[in-house]
Amino acid sequence: MEFFLQLLINGLVVGCIYSLVALGFVIIYKSSGILNFAQGEFLLLGAYVFLAIVAQANVPVLPALLLTFAFSTLLGLVLERVVLRPLIGEPIISVIMVTLGLSSILRAIVQGIWGTDTRPMHAVFSLEPIQIGPLPVARGYLYSAASVAVLLVALTLFFKYARPGIAMRATADSQQVSLSMGISVRRIFALSWSIAAVVSAAGGVLLATMRGGVDGSLAILGLKTLPVVIVGGLDSIGGAILGGLLVGVLENLAGGYLDPIFGGGVKEVAPFVALVLILMIRPYGLFGKVRIERV
Amino acid sequence: MLSGEFHTSYASDMGIFETRRAGWVLAAFIVALFAIPFVAGSYWLDVTNRAAIAVIAATGLNILTGFTGQISLGNAAFLSVGAYTTAFLANHGVPFLFACPLAGIVTALAGMVFGIPSLRLKGLYLAMATLAAHFIIEFTSSHWEGVTGGVAGTSVPFPRILGFDFSNDSRLFFLVVPACIAHLYFAKNLFRTRVGKAFVAIRDQDISAEVMGVDVFRYKLLSFAVSSFYVGVAGSLLAYQARIISPENFPLGIAIDHLGMIIIGGLGSILGSILGAVFLTLLPEVLRLATSALSGSFPHLVQLFTPLKVAVFGLTIVLFLVFEPDGLADLWRRVRNWFRLYPFSY
Repeated sequence: MEFFLQLLINGLVVGCIYSLVALGFVIIYKSSGILNFAQGEFLLLGAYVFLAIVAQANVPVLPALLLTFAFSTLLGLVLERVVLRPLIGEPIISVIMVTLGLSSILRAIVQGIWGTDTRPMHAVFSLEPIQIGPLPVARGYLYSAASVAVLLVALTLFFKYARPGIAMRATADSQQVSLSMGISVRRIFALSWSIAAVVSAAGGVLLATMRGGVDGSLAILGLKTLPVVIVGGLDSIGGAILGGLLVGVLENLAGGYLDPIFGGGVKEVAPFVALVLILMIRPYGLFGKVRIERV
Repeated sequence: MLSGEFHTSYASDMGIFETRRAGWVLAAFIVALFAIPFVAGSYWLDVTNRAAIAVIAATGLNILTGFTGQISLGNAAFLSVGAYTTAFLANHGVPFLFACPLAGIVTALAGMVFGIPSLRLKGLYLAMATLAAHFIIEFTSSHWEGVTGGVAGTSVPFPRILGFDFSNDSRLFFLVVPACIAHLYFAKNLFRTRVGKAFVAIRDQDISAEVMGVDVFRYKLLSFAVSSFYVGVAGSLLAYQARIISPENFPLGIAIDHLGMIIIGGLGSILGSILGAVFLTLLPEVLRLATSALSGSFPHLVQLFTPLKVAVFGLTIVLFLVFEPDGLADLWRRVRNWFRLYPFSY
């Protein structure tokens, strides 16, 4: 029972990080209908930029964090302007490929500047675990859980009450109608890309701190989070968060109980098996919007 | 003087070649192609063989993605199914002439299994289902040690036909390139038939296709099967060429490469699959030549080679999508027409 509880708690806390990264996917998809395969590289770039600002320029943590967010905002704006705007209205395969191409470019830039060695991460918070009941839980997980909770509330309020948030939902619904209502669709796209980049950078810094170092393998999280967004439904913020927790728990339980039978690796593949099964039953994810097609 | 292409009968409109001259040019090109083993060294022969294998795989993917509109990120996994089937059969004494098509058929079956979700899934969700297929097949191939040799991999003997060993690159050339030409010929003809037209109808508007009497699910599955057969044969040839295969030979990057090939070459174009596959196979080689030529004046360039390769790949794809979304095939058509219709080329 204690084994089960430990797996469950681990799953929940890892799930929080998945949720955080998944939010980045959902924000972009919700407004522009693009699935950003370069999300993992956003994460990586955010972590590296933060590290460079803190370690090389000796800036205190909080201003450095703000500078990183500013950089991410800029990154999102530039990418949207240069790469994605020409592709509005192109088929899905082109859009998938362009974000895949983007991910190779970003990865190459990171590798070119910082190399492939693992760099020690500046400790943003103390790594000492906190006792919750009988179980020790790493502090980083709690921070990510807290930031996910904050983001969840903030984004829900943003999409419900703030003017740009409402405009984003309108754009997702119909670009033509939004344009005729005086909403600048381009600006909405730019906004969503920068928000996603900032959220990913936050995730990158959190993760890098918990691991104690930054290297290229951080970007893999982008791929690992795909089942999360699909399970939750690509256009549902609540779905992304619940999906993250679900996948985190599933992965840990599968890893804990099935790895001894199959000899390792179940943890990585279990979310994808779940993904196929869920898609067979609910083709738009658990909470995704069902699209009715007419000719 | 020509001012355009004007077909006056259905037969000429449906012909494989747009003009008679195109047929002669192709024949001359194939003859020139078979001169390669007599002039090229072992290294460039290896590159040529890899390019020919990539052409088969890219054509397969183009049948599914470019012509039928079903996005697949599972190509690397299907390639591995073909390769492992070949390894298993060849190590149990099955000769090349049976092992290679059988690998294609096994892969076609695997493709159909993972094509089943396409009945309900479209676009991004289908891409995710095929991505899941990649990870599931990868997990299987690294754990099913009896057949695949697990993480360590397994070795494959030389292909042999009627006692003749295809034991080096120049001999393999005469196996790989004819196979490639045969597959291209079949693909070209496929889209002149009812089945091929049904594929295109599904891509353009699946609901309309259904209304017009195309059994969408059947043809989608058929498309997955034909496409995976191509990829399986490519995987089989790859196994014979690489001699040792392990899960490391089939990372997700291969699937992305193949998608890049058909994007750069041109979606829904057989010529595009050829041009794209050759282009992306040659690109790293050219880059390598360039970096080693420049390494005298810029010594640290050699360390930057790997990131440079990745960056150039990404940049090429992004630039093509932004500036030349119809790919090399369309570029080639425009350039050719400009010259052919000169001075009326506009």
